[in-house]
Amino acid sequence: MSDSKDKDSILGQAGPLLDSGQTIQSVGDKVTSVIFRKKQPIPWFVVLGIASMLLGSLTLSVVWLLMKGTGVWGLNIPNAWGFAIVNFVWWIGIGHAGTLISAILFLFKQQWRTSINRFAEAMTLFAVACAGMFPLLHLGRPWVFYWLFPYPSTMGVWPQFRSPLVWDVFAVSTYLTVSVIFWYTGLIPDLATMRDRAKNKVGKIVAGIFAMGWRGSARHWHRYEVAYLLLAGLSTPLVVSVHSVVSLDFAVSIMPGWHTTIFPPYFVAGAIYSGFAMVLTLMIPVRSIYGLKSIVTMRTIDNMAKIMLATGLMVFYGYLNEIFFAWYSGNKYESFMMLNRMTGPYALQYWMLILCNGIIPQLLWFRKVRQNVISLFIISIIVNIGMWLERYIIVVTSLHRDFIPSSWDNYAGTIWDWGLYIGTIGFFLFAMMLFIRWVPMIPIFEIREIIHAKTKKTLGTEKKP
Amino acid sequence: MAQVFRPSANTIAKASIFFLMVLTIAGLCGLDLIHRSPYVRYTHRPKEQPVPFSHKHHVNMGIDCRYCHTTVEESASANIPSTRICMNCHSTIWKDSPMLEPVRESWQTGKSLEWNRVHDLPDFVYFNHSIHINKGIGCVTCHGPVDEMPLVHREKPLFMKWCLECHKAPEKFIRPQEEVFNMDYKEPKNQLELGRKLVKEYHVQNENNRLTDCWICHR
Repeated sequence: MSDSKDKDSILGQAGPLLDSGQTIQSVGDKVTSVIFRKKQPIPWFVVLGIASMLLGSLTLSVVWLLMKGTGVWGLNIPNAWGFAIVNFVWWIGIGHAGTLISAILFLFKQQWRTSINRFAEAMTLFAVACAGMFPLLHLGRPWVFYWLFPYPSTMGVWPQFRSPLVWDVFAVSTYLTVSVIFWYTGLIPDLATMRDRAKNKVGKIVAGIFAMGWRGSARHWHRYEVAYLLLAGLSTPLVVSVHSVVSLDFAVSIMPGWHTTIFPPYFVAGAIYSGFAMVLTLMIPVRSIYGLKSIVTMRTIDNMAKIMLATGLMVFYGYLNEIFFAWYSGNKYESFMMLNRMTGPYALQYWMLILCNGIIPQLLWFRKVRQNVISLFIISIIVNIGMWLERYIIVVTSLHRDFIPSSWDNYAGTIWDWGLYIGTIGFFLFAMMLFIRWVPMIPIFEIREIIHAKTKKTLGTEKKP
Repeated sequence: MAQVFRPSANTIAKASIFFLMVLTIAGLCGLDLIHRSPYVRYTHRPKEQPVPFSHKHHVNMGIDCRYCHTTVEESASANIPSTRICMNCHSTIWKDSPMLEPVRESWQTGKSLEWNRVHDLPDFVYFNHSIHINKGIGCVTCHGPVDEMPLVHREKPLFMKWCLECHKAPEKFIRPQEEVFNMDYKEPKNQLELGRKLVKEYHVQNENNRLTDCWICHR
């Protein structure tokens, strides 16, 4: 033990991986108690209530949009891309943290990921679902969304394969599919635990069906380990590819401010940045409300803050790089775009973005700030806002000043843009609350493995309560 | 604690994965088949009309298409004839027929007959009759043998794929301009050869004017 403690302090790890006193039994009790408790805590009901109201806003905005068409949004020419794309990129970026935590950190054997991976993956799924709504609704006729897929249709034409918007379809649908399978595969052993612990027959049957006959035999475990490793390997490139493709939506065009090669890495860093911010925003309250502080320890929180700091610096480098190349390129359209960004009609949003994404997160250099959940919570929300502003600035500042001054026009979201946006936040929170209520949000068996490895005892059969 | 599932449940679970896949694929294929079916496309099924007007009867009497569809050569729409055109003949022929009562009523009240459209293209498609007529596409090519239809029906499914068949290779369907209204025109043995010649002669397409450009139909 003292060995590992020394190693931890050299690596600057904050506190232990798990609080002492956790046993194989107590972990199972703690995590399943969230589901089997008689009544959910009051904050759960409050969030569910707010989320339901926001869902109403989503329904209203979508119905109105379908009745009237995309004209109810603030779109115009030249601003043909507005909130729909901003929100799409924002949501899909948030999803990336989940995949990074569950796949890449798994391959790198980062044990601290264990306590948050399922939660983050669920966040990924719901964020991708929210993201998917925007391009679909932007189609104008979302009911023919299947035209996006290449299939031998009665139209006799194929989608334009040279368009990054078609690449998006593949990137996002692959991402969603792999994320669902990965999440579900990791869930199976815990669903079996749920089945065994369920207090009534219906619960047993439902959890039993989803557990797919998991008995925990050595053969099951062996197959599980192989499958999980393969899926982690499959998900790893997706962390990079999905947001790279999203960035190509912009970079492949010839708009000043979009037409840059730095976009793919800069977008990926931004995605992970915003994703970790969202995990922190959600996890900080959840761990304290459900008494999971001994499993999701300060060490995990601290590590997430560090990743946020690192990716935040990459993103900030991206901003500086954009400014530098606007000058260094000698291209007058580029330099005009950058000057206009800083001093034009969207200057406020730009400087807010620099403040939220570049300046304030520098506080994360201080251990005291990282160790204080309240300050971390506030910073994570600021980063979420900053990342939204970043996409807004990218989309709007390039479009609203076109090459020809006669086509210039300003952009602002209408009430329906905002209604749809906060509506998807409602959808996201609603889904998260249902997830917390019905699914073990922390992988019980993986935490047990850590305890098992720690205590170096053989895994005994668990006594059922 | 007793188990809720028997060992046989494992087999059912495995089988269900297979059947779910089969069902999904079969379902999607089924939907596509329904979409292509004559039922959904409304082909070869006469539409109910206020007056059971027979194209077969009128065409075989020797009335030219353009006698009723007056604007087919110069406008986008072929024109549904006005009641006046019907009354040109039916004020004297069959003037008391009960079948023609709606026509007479329309004539007296000045209220148009409301025919049910047989060939209804989506609103996002721009279609112009005159250009097709003037560039050597016969009525029959799209509308089928109207002279054999007692009640007119839709002959072709109106898929975009079907439009493109000709837009990609007009030489396969084009005919000499004087044959456009000929109901009995048989395409010659050297159709491709003649077709290529006519395409060139009528300036149907060249490198600046490609019939497969999106904007040709979606304006």
